[in-house]
Amino acid sequence: MPSPVNKKPSATAVAQAADSAPCASPALSAPINQQLTKADKIALFTTMMRIRRFEERSLRAYQAKKIGGFLHLYIGQEAVAVGCCSLMGKNDHVITAYRDHGHAIAVGMGLNEQMAELYGKATGCSKGKGGSMHFFAPDRNFWGGHGIVGGQIPLGTGLAYALKYKGLKGAAMAFMGDGAVNQGAVHEAYNLASLWQLPVIFVIENNGYSMGTSQERSSAGDLGKRAAGYDMAWASCDGHDVYDVRATMDKFLQLAREESKPAVVEIRTYRYRGHSVADPDNTYRPKAEIEEYRKTKDPIQVFQQALVAEGVLSDALIESIDQSARAESEAAAEFAEASPFPTPDDIQKDVYWEADHPTERKSQGRLFFD
Amino acid sequence: MAQIIDMPKLSDTMTVGTLVKWLKNEGDVVKSGDMLAEVETDKATMELESFFDGTLLKQFVPAGGQVEIGAPLAAIGKPGEKIEAPAVKSAPIAAPVAKPLAPAAAPAPVAVSAPAPTPAAAPAPLAPRPSPLAPAAAGRVRISPLARKLAEEKGLDYSRVKGSGPQGRIVREDILTAAKNPPAPAPAAAATKAAAPKANAWPWRSVLDKSPVQADSVAPLSNMRAIIARRLVESKTTIPHFYLEIEVDSAPLSALRNNLNAGLTKDGVRLSVNDFVLKACAAALRAVPAVNSSWDATAIKYHSAAHVSFAVAIEDGLITPVIKDTDTKTLFQISAEAKDLGKRAKDKKLAPAEFTGGTFCVSNLGMMGITRFSAIINPPNSAILAVGTSVKVPVVKDGAIVIGERLALTLSCDHRVVDGAVGAKFLNALRDHLENPALLLL
Amino acid sequence: MPLITYREAIRHALAEELERDKNVVVLGEEVAQFHGAYKVTEGLLEKFGPKRIVDTPISEAGFIGMGVGASMLGIRPVMELMFWSFYSVAFDQILNNAANVRYMSGGLINCPIVIRGPANGGTNVGATHSHTPENVLANHPGVKVVVPSTPYDAKGLLKSAIRDNDPVFFLENTILYGDKGEVPTDEYLIPLGLADVKRVGTDLTIVTYGRCVLHSLAAAEQLQKEHNISVEVVDLRSIRPLDIDTVLASVAKTHRVLIVEEQKPFSSVGSQLAFMIQKEAFDELDGPIHRLTTVDAPAIYSPPVEFEQLPNPQRVIKAALEALA
Repeated sequence: MPSPVNKKPSATAVAQAADSAPCASPALSAPINQQLTKADKIALFTTMMRIRRFEERSLRAYQAKKIGGFLHLYIGQEAVAVGCCSLMGKNDHVITAYRDHGHAIAVGMGLNEQMAELYGKATGCSKGKGGSMHFFAPDRNFWGGHGIVGGQIPLGTGLAYALKYKGLKGAAMAFMGDGAVNQGAVHEAYNLASLWQLPVIFVIENNGYSMGTSQERSSAGDLGKRAAGYDMAWASCDGHDVYDVRATMDKFLQLAREESKPAVVEIRTYRYRGHSVADPDNTYRPKAEIEEYRKTKDPIQVFQQALVAEGVLSDALIESIDQSARAESEAAAEFAEASPFPTPDDIQKDVYWEADHPTERKSQGRLFFD
Repeated sequence: MAQIIDMPKLSDTMTVGTLVKWLKNEGDVVKSGDMLAEVETDKATMELESFFDGTLLKQFVPAGGQVEIGAPLAAIGKPGEKIEAPAVKSAPIAAPVAKPLAPAAAPAPVAVSAPAPTPAAAPAPLAPRPSPLAPAAAGRVRISPLARKLAEEKGLDYSRVKGSGPQGRIVREDILTAAKNPPAPAPAAAATKAAAPKANAWPWRSVLDKSPVQADSVAPLSNMRAIIARRLVESKTTIPHFYLEIEVDSAPLSALRNNLNAGLTKDGVRLSVNDFVLKACAAALRAVPAVNSSWDATAIKYHSAAHVSFAVAIEDGLITPVIKDTDTKTLFQISAEAKDLGKRAKDKKLAPAEFTGGTFCVSNLGMMGITRFSAIINPPNSAILAVGTSVKVPVVKDGAIVIGERLALTLSCDHRVVDGAVGAKFLNALRDHLENPALLLL
Repeated sequence: MPLITYREAIRHALAEELERDKNVVVLGEEVAQFHGAYKVTEGLLEKFGPKRIVDTPISEAGFIGMGVGASMLGIRPVMELMFWSFYSVAFDQILNNAANVRYMSGGLINCPIVIRGPANGGTNVGATHSHTPENVLANHPGVKVVVPSTPYDAKGLLKSAIRDNDPVFFLENTILYGDKGEVPTDEYLIPLGLADVKRVGTDLTIVTYGRCVLHSLAAAEQLQKEHNISVEVVDLRSIRPLDIDTVLASVAKTHRVLIVEEQKPFSSVGSQLAFMIQKEAFDELDGPIHRLTTVDAPAIYSPPVEFEQLPNPQRVIKAALEALA
């Protein structure tokens, strides 16, 4: 059986492993976390819970054949998306790969439109045309949802380029998994970002496995440290502690916004489910490893314990938030079930801007063929 | 009611699953998140998770059993709870494309054994492969699409044209040349022409005359006969004909016609029954425009203009001159045009545009004494009207038998385009106009 | 009217659009300080500065993907591929991201990028530098593909391409860069998807684009003089959107078709054209549709032999005579 992951010492680990009695996270003292109100904290917790319940409900729907194709679940990684996205200002932008439901919920997309998209319905956020891997919300500065590993990283670099070009104080957070760090396009993007000092933060959500291949078997060297080769700042932190995620990311977001400096941040996290729902993750990690994580590092549990200790959450409130999240996901499934599919006539819409805006079309001739 | 757990879809290509081993037994308490069983899919062996709390009341599939996605596996609920006998579940609507049921085993590759290499044998040069297309079978003519279209427009039988293109293909040039130099008519045809009798002028002969009925001869097909033959065979064999008959009280029509002709003889105008019929057809087409249509393989074409054509017997055959926009012309214009077209048809002086493009056809054998008949549809029309002669017949009127005048109309319809009800409507409109012939003067 | 070169026409188009819209940025390898590998962008750095004319590292997937990402936020990058042959190292960014992001988002996003550069053989640069991928590009719904043959067409089409809100791929030709042609000084645009009859004729329609237009015109001259054959040359200018109507009108006139393209035969642009012509103008054809393409092999180096591998006026004449049989 392969050895458990994430036992390698990290370069600049911030949080301690929360294995015995819960103690307050050192990151709580960071100013970015000190300025959180009680309501803010409840909101963070609620969002994480909503992600968890949405993902569980999607899994059920997939197994009932309501969802086709791929489904990559974010269960276990909730603190990363919620922590990072909670720091977004009006000129900050987010792009990620195909494990995108958590980011979508964290930026504020509705559960109805997401579930409907999974069901392939016309009421989906991409009108049923994208599916699980392609949620987008430009009005929330969320640019997808991309299927090819690493392909989104140059796009994220482009978001930063545009911000800098337009003189806007903002940053792009370009998320990827530990499996993407070896793609050529990612290295090209690192080089461009550092060469031109673009305000992009490359966030590596390192859940220890690139599909079925562990980090040790995929990547030479430390993932974050590669940034040094491109003269970029970098850090590594624990993704099960939302305070830690916020504290670490805030630092680099400021640097990006104020000084247009790129960075690489490795956030160590874990997924309880396989790479996708078809992955029977028993070929590459022991059950005990998953159980260990669930017991000691579940981000929702960790945050819940912290908030209970801070007097922000009570059992009743936790129960109510949980029930609410379940009910909301169930309602999303009902909405999706009742929604219509797109029609065959919809297949050729949303291909060309010009074809979708015929009164403004300047070109002539045939755009489509049969 | 107990919750039924079905075989779930555990991979994007899975269609059936095998329940390898139960991890919980009947009677065990089960919590949401517990694993119920191990399930083998096309890709791997996965664990089946319970989403519900309760007691495992029943297992429907034994260890080792293979079932389709959606088939019931177990029931979870409160002890003693009623379990609905699981109904056969039909696959949900968004089922993926069916894949073969057997787990994905690579099909045995077709045994292609590499031939033992013969040492020192130089590889044979790639011989040009014979064309898979056999040379044109006897009787099959090679002709370009354009040339075929031109031949049809000109009423030329291209089977007798020599092709100058590659492999004897007939091309445009060949048709144009052939049109300028029509082949000489076969001599035997002349004999048969002379023998065609005038209507009702029967050569009375005694039965003691044992001379042949006519000279034995083989008349090669003229262009026209060949085309008529081809088109009518095509029409009769590909169009589902059905026939509707209606009888028109032609007394008012005869009366009006006689009156008009009496008044117009000094102007040299003589209206025929057919003139009225053509005008009435145009009016009926406007009333029931569904008949003014054509079958077009995957669609029905509806035509905005009504061009009524009429059959004219000419030497050696038949042609159908067209009166364009018939319903915009007066009865008198139609009469004049029909006369002119008929004369020029007999003189073989019609231009292609004058005998093509009709949307409806009228064939009238009334002047030959035929009381009623059915005509063959002239493609691409969807109907044809056959007109018989007016006869005086006893009719029932106000409970008494009186002498009436009746004209039989038979409408042949293409059932792909015109249904019985539509055809009937058309004939009714036609009859209404013919029985109120003053309308045709408007 | 002034006579300028094809490369100058492109340069002028770039300059005018850079002037007109502050969001237009030119990016590529050697476009700024080196004055352009083929001198197309010469002078632009001096005029517009390093923020608008940007030298990139050799990093096609990186900088083209970056351009696509920036275009989602309103930048209008005009990215140069030094050779269109290099598109394959950025295939994912060009044909998965630029082409599909609009669709996968259900129409929420558009990518108003232009990628331009030379796509041609004939310069002895070997198999990997001589690609003409207009057929591969045009196969992807969501993109537009333009191949101008003259300075006049190049300028008008590039301006339209830059203003277009969809991704447009602009394929030039290193051998055409020095060609001179009349180009008005007043501003003009040529819409995408509009073909141009470069020579009117009655006996044969040659459908073509890019440098093959010039070969076809030269062949047409000779065919008229020596064989009294009147050839009509239809320059597609745009592969996608495609002006098939101009082609069909020509076919209805001449009834004979020869497609001339600098393309390897399998699944070339001509394959698509031939299907459309026989489907939509079947009864107008007096013979099968003929096609003259590049000889089906990787681009050979040896200079005189590469000349025979590509379409040239002599090969066009021979093909034309065959098409008229």
